[in-house]
Amino acid sequence: MPNTRIDVRYVAKLARLDLSSEEVATFQIQLESILSHVESLSAAYLPDDLKGDQSLLLGSMRDDLPGESLALDLVLHNAPDQSQSQIKVPKVVADA
Amino acid sequence: MTITSIRQQLLSGETNPTKLIESISEQIIERDSQVQAYVSYNLEKALADAQEADISKPLGGIPIAIKDNINVLGEVCSCGSKFLVKGYISPYDATVIKKLKTAGAIPFGRMNMDEFAMGSATENSAIQLTRNPHDHDRIAGGSSGGSAAAVADHTALAALGSDTGGSIRQPASHCGVVGLKPTYGRVSRYGLVAFASSLDQVGPITRSVDDAAHILQAIAGHDPRDTTSLNEPVPDYLAEINQGVKGLKIGIPAEYFTEGIHAGVRKNVEKCISKLENQGAEIIPISLPHTSYVVATYYVIAPAEASSNLSRFDGIRYGNAAPNPSDIIDLYYQSRENGFGPEVKRRIILGTYVLSSGYYDAYYSRAQKVRQLITRDFQQAFQLVDAIISPVCPTPARKIGACSDDPLQDYLSDIFTIAANLSGFPAISIPCGTTSYDGSDNLPVGIQILAPRLGESILLRIAKAAESEIAAKDFSS
Repeated sequence: MPNTRIDVRYVAKLARLDLSSEEVATFQIQLESILSHVESLSAAYLPDDLKGDQSLLLGSMRDDLPGESLALDLVLHNAPDQSQSQIKVPKVVADA
Repeated sequence: MTITSIRQQLLSGETNPTKLIESISEQIIERDSQVQAYVSYNLEKALADAQEADISKPLGGIPIAIKDNINVLGEVCSCGSKFLVKGYISPYDATVIKKLKTAGAIPFGRMNMDEFAMGSATENSAIQLTRNPHDHDRIAGGSSGGSAAAVADHTALAALGSDTGGSIRQPASHCGVVGLKPTYGRVSRYGLVAFASSLDQVGPITRSVDDAAHILQAIAGHDPRDTTSLNEPVPDYLAEINQGVKGLKIGIPAEYFTEGIHAGVRKNVEKCISKLENQGAEIIPISLPHTSYVVATYYVIAPAEASSNLSRFDGIRYGNAAPNPSDIIDLYYQSRENGFGPEVKRRIILGTYVLSSGYYDAYYSRAQKVRQLITRDFQQAFQLVDAIISPVCPTPARKIGACSDDPLQDYLSDIFTIAANLSGFPAISIPCGTTSYDGSDNLPVGIQILAPRLGESILLRIAKAAESEIAAKDFSS
């Protein structure tokens, strides 16, 4: 297991969370405590036939086929901003 | 009152669906200001539905309270979060709601919960704190705390909850009611707001084992809209429910009866096991050797899946949106920072960390492998026994606020319920008596029964036999 030291502010940025300094300080202590407990997994003996994903647990999934979807007006109903039957978002492309 | 007894009254004409809704509404007004189980309810709509109810159907005219993370067409689905409470009205019915309606039931009430089902106390709701009806200074459990508290407090006849690590069974135990987590894939997850998709299941919270069987019968079955739904026939869950336990082999795992269990919990659970033995069950000591890893495994896999699932809450399609973002990245940051509460942020960060480059193999991949070892423990045990019995929780309901600065302590209290989610096996929590704890008397204790995959019939049969023996307190009176 890696060191349980976590750079909370950096990881929060990856998750698109803009934490306050107080939140970073609180989470730092709590998350390191949780990761210390998680470290116990390093003691488990892992036979070679185990898989590191969910494929054995979930089995096969159905084919991904197109089907009936929600009506456009229902989808747009909850959008905070919309225009011309489309969801409106802030500018995505930066100025040159 | 139970669904079974109300059904008799409806069929005999002693009551009708309208009177039933009005009676529950009166109970909510009279009692729920203390417990705060309900986030909202639409009386006008429910009364209109009651007028149209067909009482000849299996759940005809029966109101069912719905956890606030299950979509009901036209109703706010808040998930206990600031992110959704003012910005999301369900545009469709979840499959479980469609199935309840087909069976004649009336969805009535949105039940409080930990934000996005993350928590075991309903203290993490951004809307309100739900209190335990047996002691208002104590937690109702969670995350389906509103559903369990309302059923226990007689402000709901029955409810739907969701269970990702014990979120149906633990509040049911703390509130003294029945809670059933079906086999993974037995009940559709379509329309349940996702927390951890390989662990989530919808199930009933009721006042009797028969009632749990009635609701499971209505909601179980294949759904092509859920990619992990099992395409297996649904048995008649009431057909064998009264057959008793004579000849059944019940395993008692040594690792679930350790020194950390409260003495009153142990005593009540052991007494219940002894009564089942007297009814003819064969009690067999078993071992589940990887039990010590379940909490660590869960708190890698569940946050990992949550961090992925909750990336959809970005301020664009629904829910909380920052008012004046400078650009789209700022919209994400502001909407998520202001919309999510501390427990959700903590788990998103943890999940992002264990999935990040350089840590994936050490945390996520390793946890998935240990998850298989935990599942194998159960598979091997079910070669020897028909079912397994344990406590639901190490202690009765704790006081409100007792773990507010130390989330790990709350996480550790999930130790007996998590394995059923990691392995996908079905499990039920039923009341097995009361005990004193930390200055309070008569706090409910729950017993957990686990069965092999799709073994809900055996589960209900043992639960019914155990229920018939419970004399310590009749919570359904």
